[in-house]
Amino acid sequence: MRSYLGAGRASDARVGVTVRARNVHPELSDAAAIETRELRKSYGDVVALDGVDLTVEPGIVFGLLGPNGAGKTTAVRILTTLLAPDGGSARVAGLDVVRDGGKVRERIGLAGQYAAVDENLTGFENLEMVGRLYHLGRRRSRERSAELLASFDLADAGDRLVRTYSGGMRRRLDLAAALVANPPVLFLDEPTTGLDLPSRIALWEAIEALTTEGTTVLLTTQYLDEADRLTDRIAVIDHGRLIAEGSSDELKRRVGGDRLELRLEDSSRCEAAAAVLASIAQGSPFVEDGSLRVPLRTRAGAIAEAVRRLDDLGIGIDDIALRSPTLDDVFLTLTGHVAEEPSEDEQRERESAA
Amino acid sequence: MSSAAATVSDTLVIARRSLLRIPRQPDLLLGFTVQPVMFVLLFVYVLGGAIQTPGFDYVDFLIPGIIVQSMVFGGFVTALGLAEDLKKGLIDRFRSLPMASSALLTGRTLADVAGNVTQLVVMIAVGLIAGFNFSTSIPKILAGIALCLLIGYAFSWVFAFIGLVASSPEAANGYGFTIIFPLTFISSAFVPIASMPGWLEPVAEYNPVTVMVDAVRALFLGTPAGNSIWGAVVWCLVIVAVFAPLSAWRYRRAVTR
Repeated sequence: MRSYLGAGRASDARVGVTVRARNVHPELSDAAAIETRELRKSYGDVVALDGVDLTVEPGIVFGLLGPNGAGKTTAVRILTTLLAPDGGSARVAGLDVVRDGGKVRERIGLAGQYAAVDENLTGFENLEMVGRLYHLGRRRSRERSAELLASFDLADAGDRLVRTYSGGMRRRLDLAAALVANPPVLFLDEPTTGLDLPSRIALWEAIEALTTEGTTVLLTTQYLDEADRLTDRIAVIDHGRLIAEGSSDELKRRVGGDRLELRLEDSSRCEAAAAVLASIAQGSPFVEDGSLRVPLRTRAGAIAEAVRRLDDLGIGIDDIALRSPTLDDVFLTLTGHVAEEPSEDEQRERESAA
Repeated sequence: MSSAAATVSDTLVIARRSLLRIPRQPDLLLGFTVQPVMFVLLFVYVLGGAIQTPGFDYVDFLIPGIIVQSMVFGGFVTALGLAEDLKKGLIDRFRSLPMASSALLTGRTLADVAGNVTQLVVMIAVGLIAGFNFSTSIPKILAGIALCLLIGYAFSWVFAFIGLVASSPEAANGYGFTIIFPLTFISSAFVPIASMPGWLEPVAEYNPVTVMVDAVRALFLGTPAGNSIWGAVVWCLVIVAVFAPLSAWRYRRAVTR
């Protein structure tokens, strides 16, 4: 039986570096899996979505990245037919979410931040109920539930009430529930928010395994490492507007390439060091937090070259490192603020406002 | 599956879910069954001696009233359940599924009927032990029982609406007790209306609970029915006709809190 856990190892390479072989779900043709045009939504005076255009190719994991209140959840709620847009249009699996809501619902799965499972049912009963509500029939629903429980390492817990589950187990069950009907398009709204690291990793591996099966996934997150690890393409959203789109690598290139960070034994020699390294730098080296930072033209051989040149001048090196830009850098550059993880207060505030 | 068959299937799946939950929240079940029994005991043995019900033993007067009250409150679980579904995000899941949008509500209210049958059996048993006597024919008693269940079903829709508008399960609880509780007391359920102050009498007179209690008394005890039986049926239908669409409308706009 296929397992969704632990299967991520094979595709451990960072997204964008390797091109994954993609199967496209049979229910999706060449058309975009998700497409929005000028999508708008306001709550009173608060503009949640301010004209968003998105195109998600079939078979990829698309990350919608943004801070709290950026409009991510609103976008997911519209795309999953839970909320009507004020303006613009949205199509999922080729169907208009407003006109063909019923048909859209047959083709999507939703797993959210709240682990929407019934605590007073067992894991098996939860999945079986969802299967029946997708109209899979009793027998198929049961088979599928058993299958999914096994895949998500919940087989032993399948007959226990969900209220005895840990947070990570609930999220896995929630994700399993979204997969019961094997939908071509899957929406994961902040699937790992609030989980501890081992549970997050387990869930990441499950999501990675999914994507090898041709499911198109739209994932919202405020965790940059999560977007970096899981997604093929990322759209950055802030204040209801898309401010950047591309692969993780493309976005990183927008903030500049790799750089060398040096800590010298004698920091008064920074200027001399900067001068001698200028010819391998893209732009000019600069000092930040007591370290000399050298944006690089090419990564290859940079460390050896720098060490040689500084050694020739007798400048001692305390520490030297090659650093690639992270999505944190991207986010800071694009939005002018750090993508903070929400404090518990903000979390609660959002829960009551959502 | 045809859409009608799908709707029935969805309703039954949700009803099953609600029924499965009952034995897993034994405190809730116990609360809703024991409370009416406590009421019977308190009213019969503590307050009953001080209440004058000319022409009746108080226990005969009381049992139809208290049964109607317990039916009216039978849907309380629905209010609590829906408020909890909203809070936990389950409503989002249901609304994102290709199920009939009415099924979450029709399934729940259907499951309430099963709960009400249990309550009714317990209430009648306790009533008989406390000295209650049916004094009509079997068909009338059965009609009375059917009417009780209809009353319970109608109020399930009121509670469904309360559950969907309340900001939390606790708030739903509050609404239930501040709105529905007085409704059952300012009626002929526990005391004769004639014993109330003059200004309150018309309120009690036109209270649908009074009409319902009078109808059940007529069917269980053979008191003059007047228009109460048809009146009670019409009230039930009106309540469903108003609160089912209101709840459905609210559900379609439901937002996770």
